[in-house]
Amino acid sequence: MSDFDDLYRDVILDHAKRPRNRGRPPTANRAATGDNPTCGDNCTVHLRLGDDGRVAAIGFEGSGCAISQASASIMTTQAKGKSPAELEAAFGHLKDILASGKTPADFDELSAFAGVHAFPARVKCATLPWHTALEALKQPDQPAQMVEGQKS
Amino acid sequence: MSADFSAARADFPALHQTVHRKPLIYLDNAATTHKPRVVIDALTRFYERDNSNVHRGLHALSMRATDSYEAARARAAAFLNAADPAEIIFTRGTTESVNLVAQSWCAQNLRPGDVVLATEMEHHSNLVPWQVAARRAGARLRFVPIAGDDAEHGLDLDALDRLLTPQVKLFAFTHISNTLGTINPAAELCARARKVGALTVVDAAQSAGHEPLDVRAMGCDFLAFSGHKMAGPTGIGVLYGRRALLDALDPWQTGGGIVANVTYEGATWKPSPERHEAGTPNIADAVALHAAMDYLDALGRPALAAHDHALAAQATAALADIPGLRIIGPRPGSPRAGLVSFALTDAHAHDVVTFADQDGIALRGGHHCNQPLMRKLGLPSTVRASFYLYNTEADITALATSLRRIQKFFGG
Repeated sequence: MSDFDDLYRDVILDHAKRPRNRGRPPTANRAATGDNPTCGDNCTVHLRLGDDGRVAAIGFEGSGCAISQASASIMTTQAKGKSPAELEAAFGHLKDILASGKTPADFDELSAFAGVHAFPARVKCATLPWHTALEALKQPDQPAQMVEGQKS
Repeated sequence: MSADFSAARADFPALHQTVHRKPLIYLDNAATTHKPRVVIDALTRFYERDNSNVHRGLHALSMRATDSYEAARARAAAFLNAADPAEIIFTRGTTESVNLVAQSWCAQNLRPGDVVLATEMEHHSNLVPWQVAARRAGARLRFVPIAGDDAEHGLDLDALDRLLTPQVKLFAFTHISNTLGTINPAAELCARARKVGALTVVDAAQSAGHEPLDVRAMGCDFLAFSGHKMAGPTGIGVLYGRRALLDALDPWQTGGGIVANVTYEGATWKPSPERHEAGTPNIADAVALHAAMDYLDALGRPALAAHDHALAAQATAALADIPGLRIIGPRPGSPRAGLVSFALTDAHAHDVVTFADQDGIALRGGHHCNQPLMRKLGLPSTVRASFYLYNTEADITALATSLRRIQKFFGG
């Protein structure tokens, strides 16, 4: 497998072309926006933190490359039902994969990002949605504000 | 007719390599061009033989270094058809040249209520310095709009007439847009500005290595360019300014080399160009830039321009056929500098650049230091292919083939 095919694995292409959880869930009560100024990627994550302290609903908006869009989509599928600590742990798992380029034994969709390791300039594309989601979790509980100038 | 520069490819060592086991096709020339052997040799020769400081030493090497440095200045004056070598200030590049005017001229001359006029297609380097200078002076910054949904009509010249009021003290504009490929009518813009008494600053970063330049025919007051975008080294550039303006400007950086007489209490300045080049200048790169200007003029700048325009026309024609590809800037058949920016419906610019790189093709993807323009066009980013004398029609065919495969790969 070439580096290129390894970067754009089927899982990543599938999520990039058919992103899950796109848009703002109507019940969302917090949001954050992140961007990569050098490449113009931007990502807004809307979520609802339930009374049990777990992510009850989550969605994302924004634009970016296939890696960032797939990462946002996969992040949202992983985040549902997780506590902030569990989401942070999952992000740690992704960062290990990006840093090592190794596919862990306990296969899940995050392993698809192992190929990004060979493209250091793209690592921040994969991490942007996760940083943004963790930032959203830190926001106070309130109706999410629509972010000006944001286009989906 | 396009001149054939295929023999000149042999002059550029870096072109002859493989990338991902494919022959390199370098289409990122608007970012920086490659350097011919003569330029690399001039740089090495200076350090191996003439290396010394300028303007102060009385020994043989210092005199050789001074002669070489001043010869480079005279060459730059001739390259621009400037009246006097003293009108050439060596800087780090276009950005520093613009900053010199923005900080020095604006600090001395810009007053509250004055207007600095720029255009909507400026590179950040010809935009942010004016924002800062205008804010400091309490002046306003206004913009000549671009016309057309894809900026295909260039600057709105009707709007320019309305915007050029007597309050406009300075009009800064790019000669060639690094994102759109638009060639602005520089002489006409300077003439219109002069009618209201506004000075003009021309960003020639994208034109200096590509088009013949004549500052007197253009009628500009200041003009800036970088060596590395015209076959020269990084770290060296030029600010041209009319002699009377430069001699009336206070230095923007002070120290050694610029002073006539110094006491513990104060100092007086040498005339231009020394007063604007504090400290030891970038001697070696100025000498190598001299070699680059000689190289370009030996090939002939009118022929280089024709070659660029022909490649741009071939590229717009080849890319216009690709489904889902939107070309930004001048329509096919309109004048266009040697670059094409575009967006694909199914692939983000960064995915395109990564994919093309696998085919050995070097492109640029992003906002090209043009964020406000991108926002206006409703695009997060574009892909840019930019050409130079060593590019060929075969490079464009390879680009089009790669782009079709990219659309297919990311499509559906």
